[in-house]
Amino acid sequence: MNTLVKYLRWDTVVGVLLIAVFLAGSGTTEGFADTANLSAALDDTAEIALIALPMTLLVVAGQVDLSVASMLGLSSALAGSLWEAGWTFETIVPLCLLVGALGGLLNGWLVTRVGLPSLAVTIGTLTLYRGLASVVLGDKAVADFPETYSRWATYTQTVPGTFIPYPVALFGVLAVITAVVLHCTAFGRSLYAIGAQEDAAYFAGIRVKRIKLVLFVLAGFVASFAGIVFTLRYGSARADNGVGLELVVIASVLLGGVDFDGGRGTLGGAVAGVLLIGLLNNLLTLNDVSNEIQVIVTGLLLVASVLTPRVVAAVSERRHRRAATASA
Amino acid sequence: MTATLESPPAAPEADRRSARSLMDLVLRARELSIGGALVVLILGTWISNPSFLDDQGIKDLLLNSSILVLLAVGQSVVVITRNIDLSVGSVVGLTAFACGSFVSGTDHSALTVVLLGIGLGVLCGLVSGLLVSFGRVPALVVTLGMLYVIQGIDHAWAHGEQINAADVPDDVLGLGSGSVLGIPYLPLISAAVLVGTAYYLRTYRSGRELYAIGSNPEAARLAGIPIRRRVLAAYAFSGAVAGLAGALWLARFGTVVADAANGWELTVVSSVVVGGIAITGGVGTVWGAALGALLLTTMGSALVVLKVDSFWQQAITGVLLLAAITTDRIVNLRTTSALRKRSRR
Repeated sequence: MNTLVKYLRWDTVVGVLLIAVFLAGSGTTEGFADTANLSAALDDTAEIALIALPMTLLVVAGQVDLSVASMLGLSSALAGSLWEAGWTFETIVPLCLLVGALGGLLNGWLVTRVGLPSLAVTIGTLTLYRGLASVVLGDKAVADFPETYSRWATYTQTVPGTFIPYPVALFGVLAVITAVVLHCTAFGRSLYAIGAQEDAAYFAGIRVKRIKLVLFVLAGFVASFAGIVFTLRYGSARADNGVGLELVVIASVLLGGVDFDGGRGTLGGAVAGVLLIGLLNNLLTLNDVSNEIQVIVTGLLLVASVLTPRVVAAVSERRHRRAATASA
Repeated sequence: MTATLESPPAAPEADRRSARSLMDLVLRARELSIGGALVVLILGTWISNPSFLDDQGIKDLLLNSSILVLLAVGQSVVVITRNIDLSVGSVVGLTAFACGSFVSGTDHSALTVVLLGIGLGVLCGLVSGLLVSFGRVPALVVTLGMLYVIQGIDHAWAHGEQINAADVPDDVLGLGSGSVLGIPYLPLISAAVLVGTAYYLRTYRSGRELYAIGSNPEAARLAGIPIRRRVLAAYAFSGAVAGLAGALWLARFGTVVADAANGWELTVVSSVVVGGIAITGGVGTVWGAALGALLLTTMGSALVVLKVDSFWQQAITGVLLLAAITTDRIVNLRTTSALRKRSRR
């Protein structure tokens, strides 16, 4: 019983669910397990997956960044208007990344220096960055990106010998690095410490503010990169690209068992959460299940993901107590 | 506190009283400063464009803000208990559509629609509330999940169709367009809900207990406050208000699509935050939240009237939002240190 409960951690459950969805999909739905479809399904989650990495670090440290999707939009708008102005892509990308890092710096500064809650700050910058995006590009759409660039982001071109599109391959590499940093380094442990008890972490000599600042800069940086991927993947730069995506990213991370109160969760769980939502949506689409039902499924999964571990814990505790009274 | 023991016997009482009055002043000053900003904004806009405050202009301002004010009041009650309700936007959408399809082509009265909206809203609020209070799961996650579920149900039900004003009974539309003594019904309803909630929170024991839960849940539990029941009630109230807002949405616009009020949840939370309600619970009044909602709506209208390039509007709103919460925080820090100095003297 004890060992069962030990392995019944939610992130393991999500992993098992992921495999179950994959097996059920390949058994029931023609074309689901095809490499072309898997490429497309993976590529569809590229931006969410990329942003989910720094978001996991933030949530583990007890913070949240709601402005990421707006930063994605700002980066997209910036890339579009600079491209239209005749800049080369080699200069556009670093500039967008710089803007993303600066946006993250503003978030981090307001959280650490002014001492505001990250939820309130990033609701403000969510509005600000989306507003700046529409200042930069208005309601125009820039779409004439050359094939040489957009191929890198779409699933038509994959890493040679595999069915993995380049953004997903990059995500894989970054996920491994992030997992190592989070789970095997002192920096990673300090994130858990900050998330669990910020004051205690501070008095234990962890540079809480510095670390939080770094996390927000990282989130802004990755979000602006995701903006470029988004732009090239859809071949369209718009100020309203990715509206509402912040909630999907957070939902994926929380689905993977990362505790919103901070201090708990694994990167593997978060990645499994991202892939589960992506794969499930792809499978439902292939079966002509409407988008509305997909949204409902996401919501139910999310509620189940926070409710189940607590119900399991409550049940096992009750059983323990009963066993204890019986033996006494 | 130890410092007051060392002071002469007469002093502590006086000190405490002055400290309390200072605290009172600052708490009131928060609402005053938001109100002041609102007045400056309105006067400034009026001076540069007098049509902003003609009869129609005032009516528009009141009508535009009344639904947001309602939602902000509901959200405040939840945020004061250190929780959050992200599902309000989708509840408004769902109730507006449900009420619309219930009455379209019939001659149901406005009261029926309002009651139906409130009932449906309470139902949604109860589900979120039960999960948060009895499931003991983080509010943000639960209400984010509920946001998706309700939105999905709404879209699946509507299936791309919309409610048309022509099918909505005149009595219902009259609720949205009618007025008493020149004041439209909608702002009157919002004001009634606002005043009632403010009175309840300030006067009733259970209202004060919501603040206790938000400022220190553990202490509240030890003090014997029924936390679960209070939090559940807060969510039911927020749901009820969102349901009412949905019914009023139908009455005001007549035409309702499935994604009415989609994405409003963050605007509502913004109003509450601008209004000086701490996102960490236990602090703030519904007056502040209502002023915050008024300020956000007025800002939107003023930028249009002032012919500010529409692309700039959202960015300006964002900057003002950040400025509001930053100022609030700085004023708060100053007061705390001033109070500490006083109690030490």
